[in-house]
Amino acid sequence: MRREIPLIITATVGIAYIIQYFIPHTPFDKVEALFSDWLSIIAACAIWLGALNLLKLSFINVSKRKKDWFFSLVIIMSWLTMAMVGISEGPGFQEPGTKFDWLYNNVYTPLSATMFAMLAFYVASASYRAFRARNFQATLLLVAAFLVLSGRVLFDEIVFGFLPADWKILSTISDFIMQVLNTAGQRAILIGIALGTVSTSLRIILGIERSYLGSD
Amino acid sequence: MNFWKALLAIDRRWIFLFVFLALAVPMFLNVDFDLSISREVQGLYDALDKLQPNSKILMSFDYDPPSAPELQPMADAIMKYCLKKKLRIIIMGLWPQGPIQANMALNRAFLEEDINRDDYVYGVHYVNLGYQAGNEFVIQRMGSAFYEMFKRDYTGNRYEELPLMRGIKNFNDIDFSINFSAGYPGTVEWVQIAVDRFHVRLGAGNTAVQAPQVYPYYNSGQVVGLAGGMRGAAELEGVFARFDGGTVDYKDKGTKYMLSQTIAHAVVMFFIVVGNIAYFVIGRKDKLKASK
Amino acid sequence: MGSDLIGVWIAAFLTLGIMSFLYKDNPWYKFSEAIFVGLSAGYWFASLFWQSLHAKFWANWSPAVQSLFQGQFDYNLLYTGAGILGLMMLLRLIPPIGWISRWPLSVVVGGTAGLYLINYLVSNAVRQIGSTIQPVVTFPESIGWINSGGVIIGNVLVFAVLIVSLGFILFGRNTTIDLPTPTKLFFFLIALVACALGTFYSLSMPLNLTGLIIFMGVFCGLIYFFFSKEHTGFFGGAATVGTWFLMVTFGASFGYTVMSRMSLLIGRIDFLLVEWLKVVN
Repeated sequence: MRREIPLIITATVGIAYIIQYFIPHTPFDKVEALFSDWLSIIAACAIWLGALNLLKLSFINVSKRKKDWFFSLVIIMSWLTMAMVGISEGPGFQEPGTKFDWLYNNVYTPLSATMFAMLAFYVASASYRAFRARNFQATLLLVAAFLVLSGRVLFDEIVFGFLPADWKILSTISDFIMQVLNTAGQRAILIGIALGTVSTSLRIILGIERSYLGSD
Repeated sequence: MNFWKALLAIDRRWIFLFVFLALAVPMFLNVDFDLSISREVQGLYDALDKLQPNSKILMSFDYDPPSAPELQPMADAIMKYCLKKKLRIIIMGLWPQGPIQANMALNRAFLEEDINRDDYVYGVHYVNLGYQAGNEFVIQRMGSAFYEMFKRDYTGNRYEELPLMRGIKNFNDIDFSINFSAGYPGTVEWVQIAVDRFHVRLGAGNTAVQAPQVYPYYNSGQVVGLAGGMRGAAELEGVFARFDGGTVDYKDKGTKYMLSQTIAHAVVMFFIVVGNIAYFVIGRKDKLKASK
Repeated sequence: MGSDLIGVWIAAFLTLGIMSFLYKDNPWYKFSEAIFVGLSAGYWFASLFWQSLHAKFWANWSPAVQSLFQGQFDYNLLYTGAGILGLMMLLRLIPPIGWISRWPLSVVVGGTAGLYLINYLVSNAVRQIGSTIQPVVTFPESIGWINSGGVIIGNVLVFAVLIVSLGFILFGRNTTIDLPTPTKLFFFLIALVACALGTFYSLSMPLNLTGLIIFMGVFCGLIYFFFSKEHTGFFGGAATVGTWFLMVTFGASFGYTVMSRMSLLIGRIDFLLVEWLKVVN
């Protein structure tokens, strides 16, 4: 019961999607539409699960006065503020001028954007410490990175500005790398991943791959 | 400790400071370079250029503010061009924040002298259908009927009340699509479903992290044009300014910040070179010591 | 106007708070980080409440229930299933009955597997293989270098890559590449001459040699991923060339990643200098 029913559900939903590709007509399109909505409702609940779990853990931290419990309190406060403001404003909660929109623009956006932007510093630091031409392969990687880095900015205009206007050496080389060598490498990876995905999907639908169910 | 070892052990905060200055200082300078236009950006321009006025273009804004520095300049430039060319624009988003970014692009375009807000009626010339949850399943269901996914638009108008949408059932009624993408769901999903199942013509604007993965799709013609990262944005601004001059000011943040980007790249390259020189010098010295 | 000004100052305070981590870990950073964590979770909680649970579940299910009370059956009653499965997912918060969340999970896994099986097969395998195998003789436009300088540089690169890769697959498969030996230097010289001649003659020929390189790169790359046969001999040579292509690909991706990260930081510095301090126009 704990394993059999999930396996049957997986196979049914998976096969429904496959049939829908080959016969995109009633009733299969309706079944597929229904399952799509089901999926997004379940996915929403999965994200809710994560959010609620964070709240639960933060409450435990605060109630037991664990280390840095004050910051857990900050998490709880900001969690509740954003969620309650959003829910209280109705379906148009994201429209310009709402409180939710204000919080989103002035608090959430700068925080998330800065978190991502910080990676720029770490990329630079890692380039200095770890990016070494240790062997031929690593040298190839390094040279390709160098050429792309220089070809995608104004080096042609600044360093090779004395050449005729259509002799953009670095841009051409980096175009060549991106359009030919990178395309070939990415495509090999893409095809490899595709074949892996197809076989894994098939194993899941047929019930051979069961690791997603965890262990009893 | 010798010089090279000391150099390798330098406090990383100095590196951070270097990077910050490399980006911040050039912002005080105004530059305008005539960039070379890559084939993939030219492809995007050509696809837009071929569209007749009143053609219907679907724009999917699949990104959020953290990726806006790269994607917003592209969206702004393309929005200006499409409005100026009197294309009928249908906006949507697979990311909740996408339609907000689209409104920003619209508002910025309406500031242009050549693009008079009064000439464009909401619902007739452009529509913002808003966000729809469901990732690639949204694209899939749009394949049978847009209406099923967008019963109401961003501001709550019913689909059938929008004159522009009345004539649109599914992708067959769309002349061209553009997707601004920062990850999942994004260009890959649009290619897999809209292009390969429903034969949509698709152009893409990508963050630089995602762009290399999209090149195979560009090479195979699944994507007709591609702009990647801030360089892609600057090229787009450049190509519109070159071929569509007039009074519309296409060159904006993409072009403006190319110099900061250049100096930052130079700093990273400099670090790589210095790091490698130090690595080899130390390695050789250690080898010499060992042989003694 | 007032709330805008406060907003910009709060945004600047939090931006600098996160950036203060660059100096070292500190309470200002931890405070900003905690706000970010809480706010993100709250953001998704509220967004999904309206955009998924309300718009997709409630809007379909509640009219169906109402019509049921009026004695009519509406197919949207099937959304009850989604509601129950959603609740089952949330039961994971209660460990003793957490296993029940496998049911909704299996809907997600099954649906994704069904969709991906077809999508990946069609778009990422079949279409990609189709565009890899292309005619070599074609119209000159398809080589596509868009300026005259580009034509020459492009052709030099095309030939360099073709000759070095093919040469290695055919002749160099049992050697490793490290320091130049006389044989390798000789090979390199021949490659250089062939490259120059090839470039010279190819300028007037309708050849799609970039297509040939892409074919070789994909083929060799896939051989590298094929682990059921030992990488020796011709197979090993091709696998090695495959790794070269993959390394160049990773290098290009690294370059683009640096570009992307720097752009995002430009966005933040733009905020600090233009919107907050207003020292740059």
